[in-house]
Amino acid sequence: MKMTIRSLMGACALTALAAPVMAETLTIATVNNGDMIRMQKMTAPFTEANPDIELEWVTLEENILRERVTTDIATNGGQYDVLTIGTYEVPIWAKQEWLVPLNDLPAEYDTDDLLPPVRQALSVDDTLYAVPFYAESAMVMYRTDLAEAAGVTISESPTWTEIKAAAEAMTDKSKEQYGICLRGKPGWGENMAFLTAMANSYGARWFDPEWKPQFDSAEWNATLTDYLDMMTNYGPPGASSNGFNENLSLFQQGKCGIWIDATVAASFVTDPTSSTVAENVGFAQFPNKEGVDNHGNWLWAWSLAIPASSDAPDAAKKFVAWATSKDYTAQVAEAEGWRAAPPGTRTSLYENADYQAAAPFAAMTLTAIEGANTQKSSVQDIPYTGGQFVAIPEFQGIGTAVGQQFSAALAGQMSAADALTAAQANTTREMARAGYPK
Amino acid sequence: MARAVSQNTKIGYTIAAWLVALLIFFPILYAIITSLKTEQEAIAGFDLIPSFTLESYREVQSQYNYFRPFMNSVIIAIGSTVLALIVAVPAAWAMAFAPTKRTKDILMWMLSTKMMPAVAVLVPIYLIFLKTGLMDTRIGLVIVLMLMNLPIVVWMLYTYFREIPGEILEAARMDGATLGQEIVHVLTPMAVPGIASTLLLNVILAWNEAFWTIQLTTTNAAPLSAFIASFSSPQGLFWAKLSAASVMAIAPILIMGWFSQKQLVRGLTFGAVK
Repeated sequence: MKMTIRSLMGACALTALAAPVMAETLTIATVNNGDMIRMQKMTAPFTEANPDIELEWVTLEENILRERVTTDIATNGGQYDVLTIGTYEVPIWAKQEWLVPLNDLPAEYDTDDLLPPVRQALSVDDTLYAVPFYAESAMVMYRTDLAEAAGVTISESPTWTEIKAAAEAMTDKSKEQYGICLRGKPGWGENMAFLTAMANSYGARWFDPEWKPQFDSAEWNATLTDYLDMMTNYGPPGASSNGFNENLSLFQQGKCGIWIDATVAASFVTDPTSSTVAENVGFAQFPNKEGVDNHGNWLWAWSLAIPASSDAPDAAKKFVAWATSKDYTAQVAEAEGWRAAPPGTRTSLYENADYQAAAPFAAMTLTAIEGANTQKSSVQDIPYTGGQFVAIPEFQGIGTAVGQQFSAALAGQMSAADALTAAQANTTREMARAGYPK
Repeated sequence: MARAVSQNTKIGYTIAAWLVALLIFFPILYAIITSLKTEQEAIAGFDLIPSFTLESYREVQSQYNYFRPFMNSVIIAIGSTVLALIVAVPAAWAMAFAPTKRTKDILMWMLSTKMMPAVAVLVPIYLIFLKTGLMDTRIGLVIVLMLMNLPIVVWMLYTYFREIPGEILEAARMDGATLGQEIVHVLTPMAVPGIASTLLLNVILAWNEAFWTIQLTTTNAAPLSAFIASFSSPQGLFWAKLSAASVMAIAPILIMGWFSQKQLVRGLTFGAVK
């Protein structure tokens, strides 16, 4: 009997001692894409090295995630310890003091290895607020076999005139072969990501230094007119519904001569298991208009950040440092090959000969990312930062509203001039409501 | 007197009914077809013939454990329905058998709360859930879904109860029945078809609810609506996986609806013909 009581007391004491070292749970909010899903399956080395940390994943659709996380941060809810956010949210949320600064990551993390434009886009006043999981710019992907058959060449740094001529030459609608595929689906992160980058490359800007919308400018008129002209004459039918995924599918099926979109697409279109044209894809820089020294400045990085409301910031820092480390990249490469390594974040990856050999698009991706200047995306004077977006909270609403006008123009429901007039009126009204200039 | 209907007219009506039914069911049918395609086939365009691959179901199951959100959905849907009935039956009784001059106004006011966009009360409810520890709990969702569906439940029960002659309840009272006995032993058995259809409809509404269930959960209480929302991808093909997840999420409620359709129709038409 005495033994039983002693055993019970011993068990209680052990339980009490164990309580302080019970596992800390990190709730990680993320989006559903290949790299993120892969990471969820490859966390064993982290959890083995940190047995006191458990990981819980919440995967949501991109817009739902943004809405959900915004509500939680704004109400100091503390439901999440790690957030997956992009270069649009980081500067806005950091200024609101919603994110934990990440300047004190361990030396072995090697922050200086992060590609400078990416690091800059995730920093405010030289303080890093998120670490990149993978990053992308935009570039031209084209069918080398169709270009050769049509007798056209696309230079490494093409102009829009060159692209238009190549698209015309490669178009054969009788064979469902369309010269060019571009985003048309309305949305600030859909058609407006592309059209804002294209406008940058035409010398246009969203706002002048007094925050006055600029859709009535000659540069925006030239941008939208040329876009509609190319898409109407050489684009696929129903293009006003096409976003990244739809164009990816069209290109993989061999129906697009040229596709200009995120650099991350390069790994999909050159993957022989899913692309019918994997052997015949060439790459070039995002085009510019003759005389405008600007290649669009598209830059996006899905990044990991820690909300200020997290009750486990130290454990969260350990996790984000591991998930975006060189070791994790090596782990992915070992398990699935260098092609699968998360792209666009570290200089060391692009200096790695194995990666260069496995990813034929590596050099062009690096050129595109290094060429992006999110601090000054237009050749004209501007009061905002951001490449293919304007980094102000109002941009989601305004960008989507303008995107709807431009998508309607692509669908033939209105002219370019009418779409620009409507965009100007709508943006002027919304900016006045929001109190700009501030 | 019933009118004589010719054979051709009957066939015409039958074909028309099948066409309408097919039209209504088509989105679900196409989701099932898409779930049996590869991702490449799914995005290639409209095609009714899939390759009958189960690859998407395998991937969905390998990414997430279906059982946890499924159990959450079951508990939340049934819990909120039972709680709503416990509150709504006495409320509907009072309005049907002891109306005041403000009863109609109260009914309209209750219904008007359904016209308000849910997002308008998101922040207050979110804060209440945070402060009371209800965030990401099943009991929290049971309460909030009960409150969201309560106006419809009260309205439906009120409509059914109105069809029951008040004299029967009076007779029960004359025989010495208490209020509780009157509701439990007299009113409820007579209104079973109506209560059953209200119950079924509320289960369906609670099962399919996708605003509060996503906003007020993270990992513990997330039901199947959150499970579906996790399969949409910004960069990559996902239609087949999303369809497979949707089919897995709606299958239980479809099966329940199939087996209870007679009860549902009987309840919904209860009192329609006098």
